Amino acid sequence: MISVHHYLLLSAILFCIGTFGVLTRKNAIVIFMCIEVMLNSVNLTFIALSRHVGNMDGQIFVFFVMTVAAAEAAVGLALMIAFFRNRESIDVDDFNMLKW
Amino acid sequence: MDANLVQEAMQNVNFQAIMPSLVLSVFGMVLLLVSVFSPRGKTTHVAWLSFIALIVTGFVSLNGWNNPQAGFAGSVVLDNFATFFSMTCLIAAGLTILMSDSYLQREGYPVGEYYPLILFTTAGAMWMASGTDLMTIFLGLEVLSVSLYVLAGFFRGQTRSNEAGLKYFFLGAFSTGFLLYGVALIYGVTGTTKIDGIAQFVQAMPDSTSNVMFIAGGMLLLTGFLFKVAAAPFHMWTPDVYQGAPTPITAFMSAGPKAAAFAAFIRVTIIGLESLQADITAVFWVLAVLTMTVGNFIALSQKDVKRMLAYSSISHAGYALVGLVAWNEIGVTGIMFYMLVYTFMNMGAFAVLVLVGKKGEENLTIDGLAGMGYKRPVLGIVLCIFLFSLMGMPPTAGFAGKFYIFAGAVKAGYIWLAVIGVLNSAVSLYYYLRVMVSMYFKDEGEDFAWVSMNTATAISIVIALAGVLVMGVIPGPFMEMAKLAGF
Repeated sequence: MISVHHYLLLSAILFCIGTFGVLTRKNAIVIFMCIEVMLNSVNLTFIALSRHVGNMDGQIFVFFVMTVAAAEAAVGLALMIAFFRNRESIDVDDFNMLKW
Repeated sequence: MDANLVQEAMQNVNFQAIMPSLVLSVFGMVLLLVSVFSPRGKTTHVAWLSFIALIVTGFVSLNGWNNPQAGFAGSVVLDNFATFFSMTCLIAAGLTILMSDSYLQREGYPVGEYYPLILFTTAGAMWMASGTDLMTIFLGLEVLSVSLYVLAGFFRGQTRSNEAGLKYFFLGAFSTGFLLYGVALIYGVTGTTKIDGIAQFVQAMPDSTSNVMFIAGGMLLLTGFLFKVAAAPFHMWTPDVYQGAPTPITAFMSAGPKAAAFAAFIRVTIIGLESLQADITAVFWVLAVLTMTVGNFIALSQKDVKRMLAYSSISHAGYALVGLVAWNEIGVTGIMFYMLVYTFMNMGAFAVLVLVGKKGEENLTIDGLAGMGYKRPVLGIVLCIFLFSLMGMPPTAGFAGKFYIFAGAVKAGYIWLAVIGVLNSAVSLYYYLRVMVSMYFKDEGEDFAWVSMNTATAISIVIALAGVLVMGVIPGPFMEMAKLAGF
């Protein structure tokens, strides 16, 4: 029998994978994918908990998270393209113009 | 569809509660169209129209003063608290728009979308200040952030601006993940995302404060907010983003959106997570000290003035956190007052820098300002007044703001915190004075012949100066207003 704990455990693992990826990967697109994994693990948590507590608030929240993630993707990819046009790279090691 | 259900849902709708952000968003969309149909390179009329939009929105949001409007099943409320922070954000946006037009012409990006994006950011900030449900706060935060990502990376041909936009985007989205995970865990324990619903649940079941999921959720949620207000140790993005972004946007980011983030922060901690007060104040005590100290000490070694002001804005977020640690009326009203004061003094300082910079702003270093006090005497004195206010010198408003916040800390019994705060202000004297020393005691500088005054920027400087001096000399009425608006 799969209980809510299994879902929570799975989403916690996914969230950690995402966080770890953001902190260790060098390619901007991969980092962005890791952030999406984090957001989707949150969505999974919301849906499992929505079922668990027995109201719809969590599922509605997921719609908003997905919408916002789509808007963020549009803006983020546009920023990456602008950076790539100037530097011909999207490696985060090349984000080095600004430092003290 | 059940007709009763529809009727019941419609009763919950109250457009009065969201009118200010609604008006501002509609203005933003119309102005996008206006800028599409305008000749290329002409943006002055868009700037003035968006300034009018902000004034209209200001009058609309004043409707909520002493006349609280709740709507949408209690997920938004336009009360005194929301109105106060909305006005702060509107003032920040107005000053930004006034100083932007000549700046965009000089830097070679006279693009109309800039102004609607500022309006959307402000609408998100107002949404955030009036959100009483974690869902509305999240949506406001994202409307604000997504527009700001674009604005930070607005100079798309400049690598520095691209980099600022990307860094802001990555760290903003990353922190959103933490914030959302916190919301999800709190929702799992309490079964609601409404702030007062959370408080009521915990009151009914006091043992949920020892629930691991609830504590973890609360801490993750606060981590998300601490990222947004740039508190140490989550401040790493601030200097890079502030340095690379267009200067008016840097000024705006450090004032308006930060005030909105503090508004949501105060509502969530003081109402929603009241049950965790002991844990939260213990953590924030450390974070406030860390934020003030890190901001001030790293600012000491900066050469770029924009970057120095970025670190100074981190330390000012630390002062505001002191008010949150105090967790009493004078602390909270102190934060509200301080955010308004900070808007005036920081925007004013940046407005002077916008005028003094050359194309590309390579000269905005401390050495680059050498001799400015003699060659541009009026601008020099004005910049000095703003820097004195940032230091917290009487009779400027910065002194009154710091005084109320530290008074709140002392009243709540955090005497050492107040002492550390005052010592930190003393440290900050050094780097603000360094700018003045360069302006007045070094003579080998350039002639500053390229500095040309224009009406709009002059108006923004005059407004900021009036704010700093009036609120410094007679802080009483403003503090009374903040008291009416606080909890």
